[in-house]
Amino acid sequence: MSLSGTTTAPSSAAPRSGSSHRGASRRGAPSWSASAVLAVIGLCFVVPLSWLVLASLDAEATYETALPSSFSLANFTAILTPEQTFIPLLNSLILSGGSALVTVFAAVLAAYPLSRFHTRFNRPFLYTVLFGTCLPITAIMVPVYSLFVQLNLLDSLAATTFFLAATSLPMAIWMTKNFMDSVPVSLEEAAWVDGASSMKALWHIVVPLMRPGLGVVFIFVFIQAWGNFFVPFILLFSLENQPAAVSIFRFFGQFGTVAYGQLAAFSILYALPVIILYILVSRVFGGSFAMSGALKG
Amino acid sequence: MPALILIGIFLAGPILWSFYGSFTNAALTGANAKNPEWIGFENYVNLFTDPLFPQSLLLTVIFVLVSAVIGQNFLGLGLALLMRRAHRVVAAVVGVCVVAAWVLPEIVAAFVAYAFFFRDGTLNQLTGLVGLPGVDWLFEHPMLAIILANIWRGTAFSMMVYQAALGDVPREVTEAAEIDGAGSAQSLVFVTLPMIRRSIATNLMLITLQTLAVFTLIYVMTAGGPTNRSTTLPIMAYEEAFRYSDIGYGTAIAVVLLIIGAAFSLAYIRLLRERKP
Repeated sequence: MSLSGTTTAPSSAAPRSGSSHRGASRRGAPSWSASAVLAVIGLCFVVPLSWLVLASLDAEATYETALPSSFSLANFTAILTPEQTFIPLLNSLILSGGSALVTVFAAVLAAYPLSRFHTRFNRPFLYTVLFGTCLPITAIMVPVYSLFVQLNLLDSLAATTFFLAATSLPMAIWMTKNFMDSVPVSLEEAAWVDGASSMKALWHIVVPLMRPGLGVVFIFVFIQAWGNFFVPFILLFSLENQPAAVSIFRFFGQFGTVAYGQLAAFSILYALPVIILYILVSRVFGGSFAMSGALKG
Repeated sequence: MPALILIGIFLAGPILWSFYGSFTNAALTGANAKNPEWIGFENYVNLFTDPLFPQSLLLTVIFVLVSAVIGQNFLGLGLALLMRRAHRVVAAVVGVCVVAAWVLPEIVAAFVAYAFFFRDGTLNQLTGLVGLPGVDWLFEHPMLAIILANIWRGTAFSMMVYQAALGDVPREVTEAAEIDGAGSAQSLVFVTLPMIRRSIATNLMLITLQTLAVFTLIYVMTAGGPTNRSTTLPIMAYEEAFRYSDIGYGTAIAVVLLIIGAAFSLAYIRLLRERKP
């Protein structure tokens, strides 16, 4: 059970596969009233999204949700230019991919001693990490901005990548440690006997075994960075450096005109990669597997 | 340790820096940008006498309380409970709909919410269908629109946490309670909820802090307006620092926000530790 980690020793339960709770949870016949209530709530959630899809296919879209008089892909063809779409998406890719790589690398190094050597600093350190996970990022953007001014790092993609990596590190360390706990120590002990250093054991034995867990961490960080608007909005200003989250404002013309259809089409193109990645995580790894890494305490 | 270096430079650094910066008159432009001066508690004195501050603080508290602690938390729990009772296909489809709002990038979700509450937007179209007069939601009830939008966007997280937690409650336990004559409401309150209380506490902490930091949604939907009626602390800090170029003052607001966030985290961490079974 993933909620049993109250004692001092971290629970070493293996991550459960996604299917375990589904079968056990159903008791008796499904109730129709529950289904109906659920369907109504689901409808409330999906209605706002219908505007996005319909507007992207409507050459004369407005803020109203309406079936387009004629379906067209004109909005999509109009925005498929390097300045409008490809460069911003490439920048998003550099930012998110780069920060996810840096984060996973650093998180593995940080999680290893936490998972393997039990000192009395572990628990306080993990709480500090958990604490750092949640500090409002909006609160540190003002000082980060002045830090970037002092270090002359404004408008630098690389520096922004590292900053994004740092903000996702606490969460990543937390998750990586929980995944690492489920790799048995005995395997490394065998390697140590054979004379391998602990670094060697980490990279050659532990990391390959926790590949799915690291995949989850990577994708989590990637999705987070991909969707982040505030950080690049503050730190990057030149057009060629802006990721998709910020360049989306280009659809607002100078004189209050908004290209609604193109805005919707661009939003869909921009959202697509993270939706695919999310489906990948929940399909391949199982939703509760990912959650168990994040929430086991 | 690369992790410590990264966290040191980019997280701990700015936090310490912000405490220092809040005591200076640093600005974006002009003489104070080059050589900020130490002005002691002046920013804080100004902040606590600024009539906008208590209002922002109150709006932030309302926003967090209503949209996260009440809205996302209870709706998420309700959805997770309903899903165990409902037909499998319905539960799966609704799950996808709820998660869809959560997976969308922040800024896209914000635009969608804007289009939904806009004067000519979807919500007024819907209320118009049943003959209700249109309301300019973003102008007349900015906080309500923002709160609903945040519930729409964030509930998926609570739902998934509770789905996982309920899946861990052994079936025999609830069955035993029902054999002993407990109704389903009773067995929920006295058996199920106590069993998942660690998940409840963790979830509350995470969504509280996430909601405390919400910027993009509000910035896109109302930009804090009209006349500051939806200016929460993150918006106020941004406005003061970047629009009015008063970095020092903006930093002071950020420090207040950090302290609130820290207080919440500490409270929840204590809660997690003390309530051992």
